[in-house]
Amino acid sequence: MTDRALVVVRAGALTTVQDRGRPGYAHLGVPRSGALDPRAAALVNRLAGNPVDAAVLETTVNGCALRPRSTVTVAVGGAPCPVTVAGRPAAWGAPVVVPAGALLEVGTAVAGLRAYVAVSGGIAVEPVLGSRSRDLLSGLGPAPLTDGAVLSLGAPGGPPARVDAVPQPGPPAELVLRVTMGPRDDWFTAGALRALTTRAYRVSPASNRIGLRTEGPALERARGGELPSEGMVLGAVQVPPDGRPVVFLADHPTTGGYPVVAVVRAADLPAAAQAVPGTPVRFVAVRRR
Amino acid sequence: MSRVTALPVGDDALLVEVASGAQARALHAELLRRRAEGSLTVREIVPAARTVLLDGLADPARLASELASCEAPATPPHAREPVELPVRYDGPDLAEVAAHWRVPVREVVRIHTNTEFTVAFCGFAPGFGYLTGLPARYDVPRRVTPRTAVPAGAVALAGPYTGVYPRSSPGGWQVIGTTEAVLWDHARVPAALLSPGTRVRFTPVGDA
Repeated sequence: MTDRALVVVRAGALTTVQDRGRPGYAHLGVPRSGALDPRAAALVNRLAGNPVDAAVLETTVNGCALRPRSTVTVAVGGAPCPVTVAGRPAAWGAPVVVPAGALLEVGTAVAGLRAYVAVSGGIAVEPVLGSRSRDLLSGLGPAPLTDGAVLSLGAPGGPPARVDAVPQPGPPAELVLRVTMGPRDDWFTAGALRALTTRAYRVSPASNRIGLRTEGPALERARGGELPSEGMVLGAVQVPPDGRPVVFLADHPTTGGYPVVAVVRAADLPAAAQAVPGTPVRFVAVRRR
Repeated sequence: MSRVTALPVGDDALLVEVASGAQARALHAELLRRRAEGSLTVREIVPAARTVLLDGLADPARLASELASCEAPATPPHAREPVELPVRYDGPDLAEVAAHWRVPVREVVRIHTNTEFTVAFCGFAPGFGYLTGLPARYDVPRRVTPRTAVPAGAVALAGPYTGVYPRSSPGGWQVIGTTEAVLWDHARVPAALLSPGTRVRFTPVGDA
């Protein structure tokens, strides 16, 4: 059978299709979206012989189970987790052949949060504004996976990578986020700015693809009033009225009215995508490049 | 005329701040012009109430110093013909808006349909525009209790803005009417009926 499709046997807690998102539409209120850990998504694509921007699956905590209708090469990366094919242990972080009709099980993450599953040919759902990413803030892109759903696959591109395994950064025991201060650091007291970069924060369980919420000392404002809505960037550390910093991730709103005290370096955001609730967070002020 | 302030945002973005919404629109138009002629390379140009965000710049520091030495353009250039949105003025908050404005309901409809609006910026949801044009005396507060579901096409007011909900969503704006216009359709080109700078007129349909 040459039906290039995947049957979703177990969707998992939250599994979405993701690629590199849809930048360029923020002025229309469209979030960029895309894989929260883009390094892991690119790596599994290379392992499966796909272009780095092919659509992959992003799982949350407890993986998913898939049955391809034709033989495919898959690669699982991001959060370390057990992988089985037809009940037998298979490699994580390396190309794996899944025969037609065999069950691929991506298990619960042993560390980190989000596993990425690339399938040769990529997930071929209809793109929206040039991207197949599911944006959980605005609802653009394909719906999160459900049990029994069938996903089309694209034509396989290159051969899978010829490697046994590749090193991938482990999920962080402590999430260190380098920040450049501003643009609205002047809305906060000197004590609040000191607290942000010296006190201990933790990842809140209320975190999601929109933002990494934190628990820790509230940041006190130096002024009252409201900030007129302004454009927001990926990695913005926005401070809502409760004073607890929120780090904007891929599905963040494009404009917002709470002041942004600092911005996290893009290179530190993939680790934020893998930080489980309770992980200690440290914001470290760095000079702008 | 007044100066612009360019605040660095992270490593590759600038938040350019001006004194008024009209200046933000003029600055936005000028930045779009520069991008179109090839003198500005940037991933996102996001206008908002008093700012324009430039995200994805190769050398934000150089652009910041260049912008700091220039005056904000004073008047926005004339945009294309206004988009007309037919509205049935039957919203549940029409009477409350009339009370805030201290005018009869009929007068709310007359004032709203006689105003030319401009999309100052978008946000909240794909295709949701923040439209300005009403004089400041017609600012209204948000509802004390937001609705859990405002229907698609609802025409609503909050603060200085008029907005049209592109799809059903929770919302705290004061709903004065409904339009059947499709504000957002991602299969259409362009997907958004309204984008920053678009001029808008609301026209009454049916009995108000």
